[in-house]
Amino acid sequence: MRTIVALRAGIFRPGQFNFLAIGLGFIFQTAFLSIRGHALGRCPLTNLFEVFIFVAWSVALIYMLVGPAYRLSLMGAFTAPLVVLLQGLALIAPIDVRHPVKLPANPWLEFHASISLVAYGAFALACIAGVMYLVQERQLKTHQLHSVFYHLPPLTDLFAAITRLLWWGFALYTLGLVSGFFVGQPLPYVQVVCAFAVWLLYAAILQGRHLRRLAPKHVAALCIIGFTAALTLLWGITFTAQMPSPP
Amino acid sequence: MNLFCVGLSHHTANVETRERFAGHAETDCILRAAGCAEALLLTTCNRVEVYGASEERVSTDEIARCLVRKVDNTTEEYALPFYRYEDTRCVQHLFRVASGLDSMVVGESEILGQAKKAYESARASGAAGPCLHRLFQRAFHVAKQVRTHTDITRGSVSVGSVAVDLAQRIFGQLGNCKVLVLGAGETSERTARALVSRGVTDLRVSNRSSDRAEELARLVGGQAIRFDEWPAQCREIDILITSTSSETPLLTPQNLSAMLRNRIDRPLFIIDIAVPRDVDPSVNEMEGVYLYDIDSLQSVAEQSLALRRKQIAAAEAIIAEHIADFWESISRKLNCKAGSAKQPVLGETPLRASEL
Repeated sequence: MRTIVALRAGIFRPGQFNFLAIGLGFIFQTAFLSIRGHALGRCPLTNLFEVFIFVAWSVALIYMLVGPAYRLSLMGAFTAPLVVLLQGLALIAPIDVRHPVKLPANPWLEFHASISLVAYGAFALACIAGVMYLVQERQLKTHQLHSVFYHLPPLTDLFAAITRLLWWGFALYTLGLVSGFFVGQPLPYVQVVCAFAVWLLYAAILQGRHLRRLAPKHVAALCIIGFTAALTLLWGITFTAQMPSPP
Repeated sequence: MNLFCVGLSHHTANVETRERFAGHAETDCILRAAGCAEALLLTTCNRVEVYGASEERVSTDEIARCLVRKVDNTTEEYALPFYRYEDTRCVQHLFRVASGLDSMVVGESEILGQAKKAYESARASGAAGPCLHRLFQRAFHVAKQVRTHTDITRGSVSVGSVAVDLAQRIFGQLGNCKVLVLGAGETSERTARALVSRGVTDLRVSNRSSDRAEELARLVGGQAIRFDEWPAQCREIDILITSTSSETPLLTPQNLSAMLRNRIDRPLFIIDIAVPRDVDPSVNEMEGVYLYDIDSLQSVAEQSLALRRKQIAAAEAIIAEHIADFWESISRKLNCKAGSAKQPVLGETPLRASEL
């Protein structure tokens, strides 16, 4: 909020505030997940509430890893609303439904779920960098430069960040997908199809980028579409997994 | 002690009047002879101002007489458009001047350097004493704070610097950018020089007259290219500066799309400063191409200026905080000095960190 107000007033100054604010939030998120994990005796990914909190935690984690490295100080102003949205949904919606029986620990299943959600964090950051790219590109095309223009990174830097985040997310997601074959129990058919659909979508974006068939603007737009679709599918997968099985 | 500022600026006087009252080498001495305990002359192309401190009020006419150039004896013929600010208003005026709020181009930073130079000169000659010393030190501090905490200096306000600024917003570091200058006019040369000053090393120049191309290439440290070769160069370059005298557009979406076929992921920034334009405006609609003609560059410069003007209120707020604080501080010092001969004089007391 502070950054948005400062940007609107034209008095934004890049600094450590965004990084520190998200870092503080990340500590609280980690503490929450740790407490929940101890209570459950396993990785806290047993319902939609925990999944949303875990995705928000992954977004904050990836931001702290890539934000300073790529000098995307303003990315915090774009990241924080997404984290707030994810956590807000988790807190407001009645989705913190406890399983009637205590789920047994399954290291492969927990690894599969957690690494896939960290990949979601990278895709979320690619989506945010995509928004920043489109904002900057639009201003350059229309010749209407607002205060935010002077604080956003150059187009080529943003596109490099998008590409790297996509590759990181894709590699982690592939790892999560492969580890799914070792969980030792059959996974729901819809879940497997949706997971492959997300994988194929990001593979297509990266292939298009690699073969120079997609312009940077289209890659940025597809990152936004891709993450929105992936998040919707994640909600669908987790929601259906929570539904009571038919007798 | 009376603290005052008497002067002329682009707001109140034309250049001829400012020239007549630009002062001279002995102005400081004359001002002190006229009754100023301390005096400092700030002369720039847009203003002539005297900042002074005196026990007794020195009239504006007296100061005007001190400022008139020796060769001019016709002072009396004109109504003098001098303004005069005293005490807190003088402090406010100097803070605004040093922060660039009173400049013709709002937020320009040259004035701060000029004020520092004027202060150094007055300090060296002994004309600036403890009162002006504190005033100017605080003004420099305020100017720095205004620049740091507002967008008053943000964006470029001249066509050449706008072009370079935009190139940096597209490509980041310009060290790896390849630039082609098409047409070796004066504006092209200025823009090319500005790009070179920001790190461009690969610069190619093409012109119908190869002699002129070679001359410009030599001046900016680039490489001359034959004019019939420029379309092939467009496949490689990142920035194109064009200013030929062609009557018809050299670049259209049709011929440019063929040139850009294999560079979908590399943006092309085109600066068209030719009149009539060398590039068809619809080229801007092409993917990855950013076209700026002279009007759009001018428009960006005006937007920057408008952005700076929006920052005036924030800058004034910072200045207002300092005026009250500074005036309280200097009044206390002056009262101490007046009240006790044993008290250290103003110039001998250590300065606060904020005044350094």
